[in-house]
Amino acid sequence: MEVAKIENVTRTFTIGKIETHALRGVSLSVEGGEFTALVGPSGSGKTTLLQLIGCLDQPTTGKVFIDGRDVSQLSRNERADVRRSKLGFVFQFFALIPTLTAYENVEMPLLLSGNGTADRQARVAELLDAVGLSERAHHRPDQMSGGEQQRVAVARALATHPSLILADEPTANLDTANGETVMQTMMRLNQETGVTFVFATHDPRVIKFARRVITLRDGLIVENGSQAKNA
Amino acid sequence: MIQMLRLAFRNLGRHRRRSFFSALAMGMALALLLMMASVLKGEYGDAIDLAVRLQSGHLQLRSASYDEVKTSLKWEDLIENPDQVAAQVASIGPVAVATPRLYASGFVTTRDESDGVRVIGIDPTSAANDPYREGMREGEFLAPDDRDGLLIGWALANRLGLSAGDQVSLSVNTSNGDVDEQSFTVRGIYSTGTSGFDGFTVFLPLAKAQAFTRAENHASTIFVLLKDTAQTEAVIAALQAPGYELLTWQEMNQLLVQTEELSSSYMVFFYLIVLGIAATVIVNTQIMSVYERTREIGILSAIGMRGRRVMTIFLAESGLLAVGGILLGLAIGGAVVAYFTRYGLPLDIEDFGITGMLFRDKIYAWLTVQDTVRLSLMTFLITLLAGLYPAVLASRMEPIAALRAEK
Repeated sequence: MEVAKIENVTRTFTIGKIETHALRGVSLSVEGGEFTALVGPSGSGKTTLLQLIGCLDQPTTGKVFIDGRDVSQLSRNERADVRRSKLGFVFQFFALIPTLTAYENVEMPLLLSGNGTADRQARVAELLDAVGLSERAHHRPDQMSGGEQQRVAVARALATHPSLILADEPTANLDTANGETVMQTMMRLNQETGVTFVFATHDPRVIKFARRVITLRDGLIVENGSQAKNA
Repeated sequence: MIQMLRLAFRNLGRHRRRSFFSALAMGMALALLLMMASVLKGEYGDAIDLAVRLQSGHLQLRSASYDEVKTSLKWEDLIENPDQVAAQVASIGPVAVATPRLYASGFVTTRDESDGVRVIGIDPTSAANDPYREGMREGEFLAPDDRDGLLIGWALANRLGLSAGDQVSLSVNTSNGDVDEQSFTVRGIYSTGTSGFDGFTVFLPLAKAQAFTRAENHASTIFVLLKDTAQTEAVIAALQAPGYELLTWQEMNQLLVQTEELSSSYMVFFYLIVLGIAATVIVNTQIMSVYERTREIGILSAIGMRGRRVMTIFLAESGLLAVGGILLGLAIGGAVVAYFTRYGLPLDIEDFGITGMLFRDKIYAWLTVQDTVRLSLMTFLITLLAGLYPAVLASRMEPIAALRAEK
């Protein structure tokens, strides 16, 4: 089943009188259960493409579909609802709320979705266990390593059973060992839960984990790899 | 909502000192307002109380033709057989006390000084005159049959250099238009704590005042104090009679009542200005907070938090700052008000009595629950209002732009 579909999308940023074409007509389909890497040099359009799929931004032209729904022209609140219910995010920086514990950070999307207390407790415990951080549940981000924080972010991204998790250079700020752990965690969760992962990277050590690699250059897809292997 | 409040509370805890001083700014503003409101209430409440007890009473029964400004002593402008009339008035249930009084203009002269005075003839045995009796500083109070004694106020005695037992010459206008003069002994010196009253009021026994002014068996007014002012209308209805006029304390103290109303109206603007100035601290703190946490706003937005919820978090922070400020304000303001309620605020307004308003030499603060609640609520609302702009700013941030922000 197709969880994300991009149809001839362009994205142009205008700063003053200068126009920058970040994406120049990209079409792409992502099937459920994929573990896909968007690769390419800096400025190739990886992050912009992730942001469009993630409903964080809107295309200049073209259409973006999530679970078959056109999200290209949704209002700000409607996009927030799609992000909350269908998508999960892992960012390059350790995007946790510093005043909340690991538990509370994972709980936040569930709170926003209106889940009950018992439901939340069970789900957060399950997810922290899945990323191996049960014992760190009541630690705040500044009491955890970068790798641990990123695993909490992965757990948070999975909280609401999203269709698709988008990760933007998830290992860029981690050392090799921690980067490896985070990627292995993501891959394991992909295999165990079937949730789709699309991550942007230019790190060859990360690309090796992908079962499908899509290469961008200058705002265009230059290589649209198909699902290559099953774990 | 509890989670949002918890998040807001923790956000304030990031910069404890900054949050404390922001709350303190609102607290200081509230403390100032509590002080202002209590002083105003104390000042006017006391002034009204003084005006009623010392000057006007709750009601006065006068001849319809009596002219207070001219202090008329013509018999046709006065009440005949005042003791009998006062007894009739006193027999009405809600009336606490009714006593005749005779007013005249006069001049007190000593060997070196002289001063214009208002002479009031009173029944020394009446409870209506307790405020003067209780305020005796020197000598003794008047006796009904005292024929050559008078009471003078502390401020007037000081001005004229008089002590109890001294001799003075008193000149008064009489009912036939002449001026008569007689020598009196200062029987006693009273103080009501109100320079404006004590500085120009001289008391004589009613019988002596009537004889001295040739008013004979007449009085200017029947001074009435009620047990319960809520019964004023009932008493007025019972006392209606042709040829008489009844005046309530509000009518007799119009200037005071109107000044109080006007002051209360103006004070609302003053309160808003003070709170508005303090609220700029909240605006500044919260705007700083929005810019410091731009990336976090992006994260919350990315995980699906709607703008309205982001706004709620920032408003909750302002609300918590307001609560903290109110608690600080109540503590600081309460302490200051308690001090001035007990010890008073010295005031040098000796001449105010001449304008018809009486103020004590000290203002005693009087803080009501109603004022406390009203001002606390106003502080809360203004703080929330101050937090609205930063909250809207946060709620309108585009997630993509917010996520790009530097940490």
